[in-house]
This record gives sequence, structure tokens and C-alpha cells, in this order.
Amino acid sequence: MREIHVSAIADAVKKLCIEANCDLEPDMLRAFDRALRTERSPAGQQVLQILKDNAQLAQTKRIPYCQDTGFVVCFVELGQDVHVTGGGLYDAINAGVSQGYREGFLRASIVRSPFDRVNTGDNTPAVIHTDVAPGATLKIMLMAKGGGCENRSKYKMLTPAEGLEGVKEWIIECVRTAGPDACPPLILGVGVGGTFETAAILSKKALLRELGSPNPDPGLDVLERELLDRANRLGIGPQGYGGDTTAFGIHILTYPCHITSLPVAVTIECHAHRHKEVTL
Amino acid sequence: MIRTAPDGIKEVSPPLSDADIEALKAGDRVRITGVLYTARDAAHGRLFPLIEKGQPLPIDVRGQIIYYTGPSPARPGDVVGSIGPTTGGRMDTFTPALHKLGLKATIGKGGRSQAVKDALRQYKAVYFGAIGGAGAVLSQFVKKLSIVAYEDLGTEAIRRLEVEDFPVIVVNDCWGGDLYQDGMKAYAREGP
Repeated sequence: MREIHVSAIADAVKKLCIEANCDLEPDMLRAFDRALRTERSPAGQQVLQILKDNAQLAQTKRIPYCQDTGFVVCFVELGQDVHVTGGGLYDAINAGVSQGYREGFLRASIVRSPFDRVNTGDNTPAVIHTDVAPGATLKIMLMAKGGGCENRSKYKMLTPAEGLEGVKEWIIECVRTAGPDACPPLILGVGVGGTFETAAILSKKALLRELGSPNPDPGLDVLERELLDRANRLGIGPQGYGGDTTAFGIHILTYPCHITSLPVAVTIECHAHRHKEVTL
Repeated sequence: MIRTAPDGIKEVSPPLSDADIEALKAGDRVRITGVLYTARDAAHGRLFPLIEKGQPLPIDVRGQIIYYTGPSPARPGDVVGSIGPTTGGRMDTFTPALHKLGLKATIGKGGRSQAVKDALRQYKAVYFGAIGGAGAVLSQFVKKLSIVAYEDLGTEAIRRLEVEDFPVIVVNDCWGGDLYQDGMKAYAREGP
């Protein structure tokens, strides 16, 4: 049994929070470059260039890429041969978030109750999803999930008769209704199958895959490309000013499904797709 | 006040008049120099009861511009942290009443309701878009910052910003023009 102390976990999460918000990942920077080569709209070109400059400035000046420094969503893979010592795993993650957001000059955007709306002051608590995995490592995949785009995320329970065509139409409808509000270029995480809650979690987890990488399932890869092409034909464009780059990517994850059900969840992510991971 | 710079970009300094607003068209690129007031969800939630009771507001909105933003904290030595726009649509229920009081513009990102678009026409006002998620770049145009009201709201407090050449684009003008609709139509490609 390998032991990992909570202080190592808190330190790692703190670092992930700061770096995620100031250093846009290389997969995102490559997406901007790809889009700059194909975007026809002058306004769209300009927006993409400013966003690239914004990423550079954020990195060099250590100020957040976006003022909305997000809700921290952690996908944790806890090796079954790991023993967390010195306290609770979730407390350690939240301690890391608290330190990271305070010390990194990141915005506190979380309120303690959806009704009284009092800010917790340190961006805690995080949303944590944990999977138990084989092995003796602890992997934390962290997203700083923006609120504006999250508000455009959607869930729909389709009937099996609506099938693949119904799923496709509805995903495109999600892009159309998100429109300029969700800060395009967008990335869509799609979860299909499972139950009500599985689909939603899968849709968020789908965002963890490297942008621009193929879906490991060849059938889903074809579907993702088709949907991305359709999304980019809508004309919404960067910031909604019109153009060809409405989405950078559409990532799909599926799960087995009940004979009566066809649940589909779409997490909408903006171009400030801040994600970092660490393996302890 | 409004003038057109040699590069074709319109330069705007509040307070703004009806004539200034009439000269702005959807799609126009604009640089703002002068004062902006920040207010977002929670601040609007506090302003609205005052408006309903006819009581004075902590800021005189006549001729002014409200920027929907909640900045990240400033690093020591900096004026402000990251300061990009938040979604304007969430403020839709409050905006017509503010335009009725003389507010001339708001800055946000994303679409507005028909009621807001009607208010822009009725009260001569505009909705500007700033680039969502470009908060690091936009922070460079903010020269001074002070808190005017509701300090307890933290990032949602009302702040007074002094900006120089702050870049925005006219999304909705007072003539019914809508950049989002026009832009999408121009680049939509038919097909399955």
C-alpha cells in the first residue's frame, strides 16, 4: 500500500489551479493557430488573434486568462493501492483550491448556497468526481470551468426511436442556442447513454481529452468530425460576430444504456478551456 | 462625445448624448476613453429595489456606460486583475429601467432580450460587446479603479474605472441593428 500525504495533494492542487488559469494548454494554443488559417471573417480573425495575445499576456504577466477563473472541477483517479494519510482526500483538494485561488490572485466565484448567494471567498468547494483505478497512483485532472458557458449546457432525454439522427440534431441545436453567449469558439463535451446523471458527468469528462486528438472509437471519431463541421457551418463565429470558427471541437463519451432510454448531455465549454492534470 | 479616428474606429467618451448614440451602428468598432462603471448580477439586484422605490442610486447613470464584469483581484502594483465581460443577457430584466433613467450604454457579451433591444430604440442607447475571455488583454486599458458602492459584494461591487482606448464593438444599436444576427447570416453555409 503506497502512502500519499494530504499535504502533497493540497500542494499539487494549488499549483494546478494557478497554472490552469494563467497558462493555456498547448492543445488550445494549437487550436487558435488552426482556426487562424481557415477563418474567413475579418472580425473573426481579429478576435482569434486577440485571444492568442491574451493567452501570451496571461502567461507572462501571471494574470488569469479570463476574469472568470471558474468552478474547480476535479476528476480524480484514485489507485486502489493508495492510502491517503494525514486527513481526507476531499479536504486536501479543497485546501489546495483555497490556497491556489488566494495566492494566485484568482477570482472567488463560488457562493455557499444557491439561495443566499454569499461568496465563500476562496472559490471552494470544488466539484469532485472520483473513480477507483488499479495501481498505486493518484491522478487529478482539474478544470477551471467558466460559468457563462456552463449556463448554456443542456440535458435531454430522447427516446430510442429518435436514435442517432435525433442526437445529432439536438447537439447542433445546443450550439445554435448557446450562440454568442457562451464565448465561442466553443468546445462541446457530449455524454450519451447511462442514466440521467451518468450522461452529465460523461459530458464533462469528455472535455478532458486532448483537443484535436481523435476519439479512440473510430465510429465516434467520424461522428465528432461530422458534428464539428456542421457546427462551424452555422456561421456564429468567434464571439458570435460571424465566421467559420464556432467550435474548436466536439468530444463524445458513451456508456451502456437502458432499453427505454437515450439520455444526452452537452457541456458547453468556452475557448478559455483551462485544464491541467497531475499524477502523484 | 464621439469622433471618428483616422483608422475608422469611433472614439467615444462619456457622458454620451442622444446624438452620439445615433451615430453608432451595429458592427462599428469603438474605443472608449473615460469612465466606466462596473455592475453585474448582485449589484443590479441591489440597484433595482431603489429604482422601483424612486430612490437615488449610488451612481448617476445619466449619459454613462455600465460594464458587466467581475474582475479578478489585482496583483500588488497592478490596477486590476483580469477584467473581461460577463454575459449581458443575465441583466436583461434590469436594463430597460436603467436606460429609462438615462443610462446610455452597457458592455457585455452575448445576446440581449427583445425588451432590451426595444429600450435601446426608445431611450437612445447601445449595447457594446467586449471580447469574452480576453480579460488579461482588457486589463491593460484600465488606468484607475475605485470602489463606488457595495464593497461587501467583492468582485460584484460597483467599481469606477478610468479607461483609455478600451476596445468594444457595437452589437445592438438604437436603430434595430444586431451584429450577432448579421454576422451569423453572412457566414452561415447551407448543408446537412
